[in-house]
Amino acid sequence: MRRLADGGRLDRSTTLAVTWDGREIEAHPGDTLASALLAAGITEVARSTVHGRPRGIVSAGAEEPCAYVQVDAPRSEPLVAATLVEAVDGLVAAPLAGFGRLAGDDLERHDRRHHHCDVLVVGGGTAGAAEARRAAAAGLRVVWAERDTGPLPDLGDDALCLSRTTAVGSYDDNLVMLVERVSSTRRRMWQVRAGEVVLATGAHERPLVFAGNDLPGVMLAGAARTYLERFALVPERAVVFTTNDAGTETAEALRAAGAAVTLVDARAGHAVVAAEGEGRLRSVLVAPIATPADAERVECELLAVSGGFEPVLDLHRHRRGGVRWDAPRACFVPHGTVRNQRIVGTAMGDGLPTVAALWLVPGGEERHAYVDLQRDVTVTDLRRAVGAGLESIEHVKRYTLVGTGVDQGRTAKTNAAAIAAGLLGREIAEIGTSTTRPPVEPVSFAVLAGRARGPRFEPVRTTPIHAWHVNHGAVFEDVGQWKRPWYYPQPGEDMDAAVLRECAAARTGVAMMDASTLGKIDIQGPDSAEFLNRLYTNSYDTLRVGRCRYGLLCRADGMVFDDGVVTRVAEDRFFATTTTGGAAAVLDWMEEWLQTEWPELRVHLTSVTEQWQTVAVVGPRSRDLLSSAFGAIDFSNEAFPFMTFRDTTFHKRFPARVSRVSFSGELAYEVSVPSDAGRLLWLGLWKAGEPLGVTAYGTETMHVLRAEKGFVIVGQDTDGTVTPIDLGMDWIVSKTKPFVGRRSLTRPDTARPDRKQLVGLLPDDPSVRLDEGAQLVLDPEQAPPVTMIGHVTSSYRSAALGRTFALALVRSGRERLGEPVYSPGADGITAARVVEPVFYDAEGLRRDG
Amino acid sequence: MAESHPDLLWSSPEPRGSYDVVIVGGGGHGLFTAYYLAANHGITNVAVLERGWLGGGNAVRNTTVIRSNYLWDESAAIYEHSLKLWEGLAAELDYDILFDQRGVLNLAHNLGDAREGVRRVNANRLNGVDAEWLDADGVRAFCPVVNTDPGIRYPVLGATLQRRGGIARHDALVFAVARAAAGLGVHLIQGCEVTGIEVTDGAVRAVQTNRGRIAAGRVGLCAAGHSSVVAGLAGVELPIQSHPLQALVSELLEPVLGCVVMSNAVHVYVSQAHKGELVMGAGIDTYNSYAQRGSFHVIEHQMAAALELFPIFARAHVLRTWAGIVDVCPDASPIVGGTPVDDLFVNCGWGTGGFKATPGSGWVFAWTLAHGEPHELNRSFSLERFETGALIDEHGAAAVAH
Amino acid sequence: MLLIPCPYCGERDEVEFRYGGAAHVSYPEDASAADDREWSRYVFYRPNPSGRFCERWVHQHGCRRWFNLVRDTTTHEIAGSYAIGQETSA
Repeated sequence: MRRLADGGRLDRSTTLAVTWDGREIEAHPGDTLASALLAAGITEVARSTVHGRPRGIVSAGAEEPCAYVQVDAPRSEPLVAATLVEAVDGLVAAPLAGFGRLAGDDLERHDRRHHHCDVLVVGGGTAGAAEARRAAAAGLRVVWAERDTGPLPDLGDDALCLSRTTAVGSYDDNLVMLVERVSSTRRRMWQVRAGEVVLATGAHERPLVFAGNDLPGVMLAGAARTYLERFALVPERAVVFTTNDAGTETAEALRAAGAAVTLVDARAGHAVVAAEGEGRLRSVLVAPIATPADAERVECELLAVSGGFEPVLDLHRHRRGGVRWDAPRACFVPHGTVRNQRIVGTAMGDGLPTVAALWLVPGGEERHAYVDLQRDVTVTDLRRAVGAGLESIEHVKRYTLVGTGVDQGRTAKTNAAAIAAGLLGREIAEIGTSTTRPPVEPVSFAVLAGRARGPRFEPVRTTPIHAWHVNHGAVFEDVGQWKRPWYYPQPGEDMDAAVLRECAAARTGVAMMDASTLGKIDIQGPDSAEFLNRLYTNSYDTLRVGRCRYGLLCRADGMVFDDGVVTRVAEDRFFATTTTGGAAAVLDWMEEWLQTEWPELRVHLTSVTEQWQTVAVVGPRSRDLLSSAFGAIDFSNEAFPFMTFRDTTFHKRFPARVSRVSFSGELAYEVSVPSDAGRLLWLGLWKAGEPLGVTAYGTETMHVLRAEKGFVIVGQDTDGTVTPIDLGMDWIVSKTKPFVGRRSLTRPDTARPDRKQLVGLLPDDPSVRLDEGAQLVLDPEQAPPVTMIGHVTSSYRSAALGRTFALALVRSGRERLGEPVYSPGADGITAARVVEPVFYDAEGLRRDG
Repeated sequence: MAESHPDLLWSSPEPRGSYDVVIVGGGGHGLFTAYYLAANHGITNVAVLERGWLGGGNAVRNTTVIRSNYLWDESAAIYEHSLKLWEGLAAELDYDILFDQRGVLNLAHNLGDAREGVRRVNANRLNGVDAEWLDADGVRAFCPVVNTDPGIRYPVLGATLQRRGGIARHDALVFAVARAAAGLGVHLIQGCEVTGIEVTDGAVRAVQTNRGRIAAGRVGLCAAGHSSVVAGLAGVELPIQSHPLQALVSELLEPVLGCVVMSNAVHVYVSQAHKGELVMGAGIDTYNSYAQRGSFHVIEHQMAAALELFPIFARAHVLRTWAGIVDVCPDASPIVGGTPVDDLFVNCGWGTGGFKATPGSGWVFAWTLAHGEPHELNRSFSLERFETGALIDEHGAAAVAH
Repeated sequence: MLLIPCPYCGERDEVEFRYGGAAHVSYPEDASAADDREWSRYVFYRPNPSGRFCERWVHQHGCRRWFNLVRDTTTHEIAGSYAIGQETSA
């Protein structure tokens, strides 16, 4: 093809530097990569995926089955249709053989916009324009989207008119996804919720199936016309092979532009039975359909074909909108409607020409007659599928891969269904067409991810004290969304050394931990005690005001769900803590019971996790530290006993609560202040502690200290299959009152005495630490499958014990006290002895200091 | 003509009035059940009744991940049995199903994940299932495109690796087993919807279909997402909820990912199929549905998650998204066994992970239908467990999405 | 993404809500009196119809209130919503 001296919608005053396969080619604003390639005389732009055959440019739009290229600049993208790539200065692209290349991360951050409107019109053609204008004139809020470069006319302030924008997916309740090409490198995804959706998506042309129909130079007739009228490209010699009037019109237009045109009209009983050429089209064989052997050779550089038209109904089909076969126009047209959606214009089939359907041109070699140019599926392949006994078009699709290419099989599906129907001796209307799924056009992962990249993928939660932890060298661990200090290594320390030091400080001096991430729920209302009674395994109506109680929650299946301390602040007010990871789930769960099951209870639940910051102060010198920080409180055991609290003020203006609770067995306190004062509190306590040699500790030390006492961590020592009884916590399970999950504990399997039970383990070699997750067996010599009796849930080195120890869930564990168990690992067998799961201060003498 | 065709997969017979065994549901599980009934138990008077087209449900909608590294003994036994069958399937069925044991990584992103990963590896090994624990360096060496930068939002702390795990081509599996079953005389009846199940004196007698009444000695239900509906025809209730599970593919790409990578914490599982496309799955949509479609925000989140782990995928395109309907059990384990109705058996609840189990599920279910009682491998996967409490909870501990 | 009519706030995107499964499933009056079968029905069995379904949602990122919704599980079409404790209205 050559470019005419004038004409087309091109800005010829500007020449763009476009590089194709290492070679500079000329383009103007208004060109696509495809038109620039054709203007440069380049016809082969890709190799086919399976057969490796040369392929050219078939269309001028999104239906393109062949011209998929690699774009390297300005925005690297694999496997994009050259027909949709706008020519820009610096465009660099290269041919592909069906497989894209990934060139690293996309550092562009693509926007996401949400929009609501009364009417969304998809399509900028005549029908779409009329609909958009009408809606805007009626005062409705309109979104109007057109894939092409536009621009669209202004429809006023209440209308959002987006060109270069493709509607890629339609979802329930008229949520439609639009992708706008904001620049050559940036995309913006619009999520539009529309009262009504109007589809004016038009139709595209369909090729014909004959031998050699994949040669570069074979093009859809409408595309040839577009390249002529919009891009001023005209062939020297063309053949137009058509089944309908649209092809005839193309022939006339090409002729008027100076091309030598031969018209082959199937309606007149003639067909192109084969296209010929090495690497590109050189000639075609034209013959009467009835006698294909009587062929005549016609030389040409372009073969423009029209097999008919296909209404573009992807968005209708995404919503399970139906279609029916329309025989005169030989295409599927909408059948029935989707709620709050209309289809107008050509997409309805309106104005499409009558077609003399010609599905398989006789006379040529079927193995070179391509039904799907994208996936290299030929008539031979379809014949084989049908011969294999396949009758469903879905099976034919999966057997041959017809219609599954990057082009979604746009130009292939109807031909495939019709030819398969013919081979089966059935009607295409019976066979139907395979499903269409979003997106309409490929959308890059980066565009879908939008700005949810890196730190914005999911938010990180930190406490107001976080900067202090960072400055003091904390190593962090992720707990839920939180970053929590795991341990604070000092110069030269590894993790073990740091944790042993932190543990020793807590057991012998005083240590502090940021406990702010624990979930906190404020429970208010006259029925609060009754509410908690129904949920927790133990009772709260008996808890006196001013006191705290440890509590356990089970789900209805009787398995431990969460734990924490519940404080009775007033007759009608409680304050409950939860695990860090379980905070949201516990509140949600409480709300669910309250609202759906017991709406008669007068209770209100509020999350105050982020309103209060909490610091745990632990160790025999913790009383000294707090006495120094809160002089107004009498911290003696008598005045301030275990499991009680005192309200006071901090820095004279912040309310503060000091609770005497202990997760380590040591004398310990938790101090809570409003979040504004959280950092001040930490600094204040630290200052008060410095003369006492206060040490900061992290979650690992907390875990060691609690494990030495046999206190469980829900989610570590439990896994959703463990009951309170399994944990040996019968003492906290009420025998008298009902609570959620209680009935499950008496089911036959749940009540078995030989369930896995929490026990302690002491490795025979006190320097060996068992792996957390190590499985336990009785016979380490047994061949697989080995009988496993349990596993290690927690395992540490203990500063206080001067040795290693572990917690484990072991079948009939409580009957095995004193007995040996073995852990076969990759590095050999570790022997250990089953013991009571309390390793330190079993008498509880240390908690009062 | 078709009968003599060299590529013949199956023919489409008219249903007989009666069969020894009727299988309801012509997906992978139903087809393998029929195949093993014929191949292992000599029961060939069998019909598979399929409402649509064979394999048209989850069999061809899944992401084809195959592994057996489950935590609990019962699960490890049945999935490992299945994996061993996979290893001999191409030869047994004489069909290239593109089974490729390229290895499956389950990533750990926090200390809890790592603990559970180690636990599972240890349990797998003792159960005779191959399993390895890799640290972050090991993950990088095995799968260089995973982002192991310790500074990312959910850093990779390590992973379990099952080298014998991998992928296969789901369409080929359906073609292969359907051909094998049909070749042994099983009737594969498509476009046949079961509209009623006749129960007399507490025992199943026949099914009613849109193609007439079909009497049956025993009936096996393999209806996956529609199990509740089909079992309901016999008055049998199941503890199943049906949810959409979405998946997607990219365009064909040059080789970039050589193994299967799964991450529960970041909600991604991905592999690159033989043809070259990336195949990814998401978490289930939360609501009940039979509509075979899900919500867009699930896909958005999945893409963001995928790019956290694989920045190199940023420029790949989503070509097609779709959804299957998965039958989810309260303990994320299947139900394979009898029902309160005599001679009526059910095979369901495979949830998001049924593909890997396809041959194993068919094998044990065929045994169950042949003997009228469960095989040792599926004895624990009974309906009764929901009354006794002997659940096989693969949610938390296996820590994987499917 | 569904467009869910919260009875208290109006129509909002699905991402603001959390799903709660079947509606109208009550905790047994006296759980301790339930036999194993009855109890398992409460804990593990829920209706799972293909078609019209009464289900519960909570407007998690809105008013935080639970309500019931009637939705078709084959089309996702929503017939209406109503308060907890009310009988099906749609």
